[in-house]
Amino acid sequence: MILTPAHWEAVLEQARREYPREACGILAGRAGPPQRVERIYPMTNADHSPATYLMDPQEQFRVFKEMRRDGLDLVAIYHSHTASPAYPSRRDRDLAFYPEAVYLIVTLQERERPAGRAFRILDQDRVEEVPFQVAG
Amino acid sequence: MKVFINGKPDELDEVMTIARLLERRKARPEIVSVEVNDRILQREEYAKTILREGDAVEIVFFMGGGREA
Repeated sequence: MILTPAHWEAVLEQARREYPREACGILAGRAGPPQRVERIYPMTNADHSPATYLMDPQEQFRVFKEMRRDGLDLVAIYHSHTASPAYPSRRDRDLAFYPEAVYLIVTLQERERPAGRAFRILDQDRVEEVPFQVAG
Repeated sequence: MKVFINGKPDELDEVMTIARLLERRKARPEIVSVEVNDRILQREEYAKTILREGDAVEIVFFMGGGREA
């Protein structure tokens, strides 16, 4: 998956801004290969929680319709972990209903050094890491 | 009867509720949100909402998770 530096910085900035709550959003673009992000949709974490996230369904409907109108694919679903590594938790795996999407997780465990990893969650027990690249 | 599901036309061969539509698409009601003609339905409405010609149905799966086990 390829993100521009501006998109990557926007994800990190949102994660920092919403800390200590988990931040979440959708990355849209070309399903590829290669998967290329063209637009970022920061979403409201309806849980407003430092431990969980759930996207607001009303926003999901709006974003999905807009993506369809503009011919964009769902590329990735991102969220932040504020106190644990960037790896899909049990809850992340239980609530992964888009196997075609990349799940990008940003950790703020070390707040000054946020880091991200990307995965495909095939089912509750099968997780594959996906390389992602920040490039113009 | 023709309806639109996530923007795509679908021909239904029977009178169908949202609950039946979800069942047919193997989408568990507890993990989706459903909108019909721009109105979000409550889960209790799925079994009593009958689709009509030309209805626009949107189905999204939950997007959630977090560090909590």
